[in-house]
Amino acid sequence: MKPLKTVRSLAVPLIVDNIDTDIIIPSREMKSVSKTGLSDGLFAGWRYTAVGSREINPDFVLNDAKYADAEILLSGDNMGCGSSREHAAWALAEYGFRVVIARSFNPIFRGNCIRNGILPVKLSPEPIAKAEGPITVNLEAMTITAEAGDSWSFELETEAREMLLEGLDPIDLTLKRAADIAAFREADRARRPWIYNLKAG
Amino acid sequence: MGKTAFEKIWDAHRVSEIGDETDLILIDRILLHERTGGVALKSLHASGRQVNDPAQVFATMDHIVDTLPGRSDNTLMPTGRDFILATREASKEAGISLFDLNDRRQGIVHVISPELGIILPGATLVCPDSHTCSQGALGGLAWGIGSSEAEHALATSTLRVNKPKTMRITIDGELSPGVTAKDLALYIISEISSSGAVGHMIEYAGSAVTALDVEARLTLCNMATELGAFSAFIAPDEKVYKYLKGRDYAPKGEDWTAALEQWKTIFTDADARFDKDVMLSGSDVPPMVSWGTSPQQSMPVTDDVPHYSEVSSRDSRDSYDRAIAYMDLEPGEPLRSFSIDAAFIGSCTNSRLSDLRRAADILIGQKVAPHVKAICVPGSTSVKALAEAEGLDQIFLDAGFEWRESGCSMCFFAGGESFGAEERVITSTNRNFESRQGPKTRSHLASPETVAMSAIMGHIADARMLAGKESR
Ligand code: SF4
Repeated sequence: MKPLKTVRSLAVPLIVDNIDTDIIIPSREMKSVSKTGLSDGLFAGWRYTAVGSREINPDFVLNDAKYADAEILLSGDNMGCGSSREHAAWALAEYGFRVVIARSFNPIFRGNCIRNGILPVKLSPEPIAKAEGPITVNLEAMTITAEAGDSWSFELETEAREMLLEGLDPIDLTLKRAADIAAFREADRARRPWIYNLKAG
Repeated sequence: MGKTAFEKIWDAHRVSEIGDETDLILIDRILLHERTGGVALKSLHASGRQVNDPAQVFATMDHIVDTLPGRSDNTLMPTGRDFILATREASKEAGISLFDLNDRRQGIVHVISPELGIILPGATLVCPDSHTCSQGALGGLAWGIGSSEAEHALATSTLRVNKPKTMRITIDGELSPGVTAKDLALYIISEISSSGAVGHMIEYAGSAVTALDVEARLTLCNMATELGAFSAFIAPDEKVYKYLKGRDYAPKGEDWTAALEQWKTIFTDADARFDKDVMLSGSDVPPMVSWGTSPQQSMPVTDDVPHYSEVSSRDSRDSYDRAIAYMDLEPGEPLRSFSIDAAFIGSCTNSRLSDLRRAADILIGQKVAPHVKAICVPGSTSVKALAEAEGLDQIFLDAGFEWRESGCSMCFFAGGESFGAEERVITSTNRNFESRQGPKTRSHLASPETVAMSAIMGHIADARMLAGKESR
């Protein structure tokens, strides 16, 4: 995964409460078992004029040409609620979003974001939406600054921050503890040898 | 305060805390099957990683392989062959044990794991398959995971897991004659709903549970995922030890003695507390059949199809209407008045030797109704051999059932063989979702007894009609 240190971009103001995973990526848009090919279906129900169509809905904020390269999404309360499907985070990441700023997050969705290289920031989105021009998210300093000088700070657990900064996935992160795991297994082998003596009789 | 059995196993496997109520948990056994396993192994390999301990990983061919006699790598499911070849190749490359076609140990993953002594009391086991919860019946912590978690477990022998809440379902009293673990499972789901245990680790307890033999316990735990549970568990006891002794991968010699000693510490302390406690009475459970398209839409086989008012506390109007229409039922009519087109005995829920014996008891000397297509698929190659050794295959064949090679078969539809559209199937499986057994197929879940009896009668039927018949 791509490391995330700073992101400078316009923020797309999609400040709606309770955006669920089915809105982010409708299940009809998940056609293969693969993690890719999902960005086209991102917000399909809002982005296009009709179910199954690819005709652009000009009223939907994401279709505003100035946001074409935006990497930051603003949202409301309970962002990512609904089912636990990871496809929602995959679709956002594939579309190009690197940061989601919302008043609050569904915990599973939030975890899926971190696992897939998206920084979830819990902040009130309205003041940020008022900022003119691009904003800069700095994960090392855990701050957001607007061109005009306004700034906000946010929080993130140490491990999640490390994962995003270094572009690691959970396996990489766990492998950093490989020595601990090996030691634990060694001690466990003494306690429960039968778990490790796997010879079919 | 004391600990639940689950907490004892969890704590013994906690390598470290990660924070946010997530722990790094040691995984003792990993099972794979060809539908999801080959993909996980390939993807692991593609990212340049390796299986941490190949000895702890086992793979089988169950989901996609044909169950027709004389099967090969070619399948009725389009692209099925690719999955089989990919799994075979990836297993070899990773150095893990594969129970391939024609291996005496092949079978449905949740049937062979207990049978081979892979799942053990107090062990942690994961598999990218939602019915892994079945295996908690032997007193281990076994749960279904997603594909990226499978890669994580393979690469590190651990998983990052959010600790589930705990829930005890106590069933006291006795099950009535003719009532089985399957009926109990359907009864529990209809009582507490298919979301009744979301986020919880269930411990089944009570005299009606301890009275079940190991195979029946596997049936009960199998359907925990239909309650939305993290998994289910039953404290191990003498029946489990006796069941495991001498099995292929079960501990031997000194290891067995040491294991037994440790297994006896796996119980819930008297003063342990659960997040939820549910009490049910075994004597309240009738033979059950599902009427709708969710396992919670189940009812006593002798009842009439419910009107909305009777189920409104559990079902929304929308899901009720949709289910009645999909299943083509008439509210108020006896469920037994509905004619069936097919009968299926198989799946990780009900395809073990004891299931086949009980169905054969009903079928012996009887004939399947002429309009019914009836199929029996033993859960493993070993179950099939044992059944044949005692002549059960002949009873099924004489009655008019097909007798197949082991696998998941028509428990689920993956593009290959299926029951026809709008056909009504009475089935010993665990999921009755729309199109689960084939496009537009109507599935009624029931015990093997009820399936056998319905096959004979040609309509949904109560197996207790044959009461007085000698049973094994
Ligand atoms: S028998 Fe059915 S439920 Fe069981 S593992 Fe196979 S497909 Fe899944």
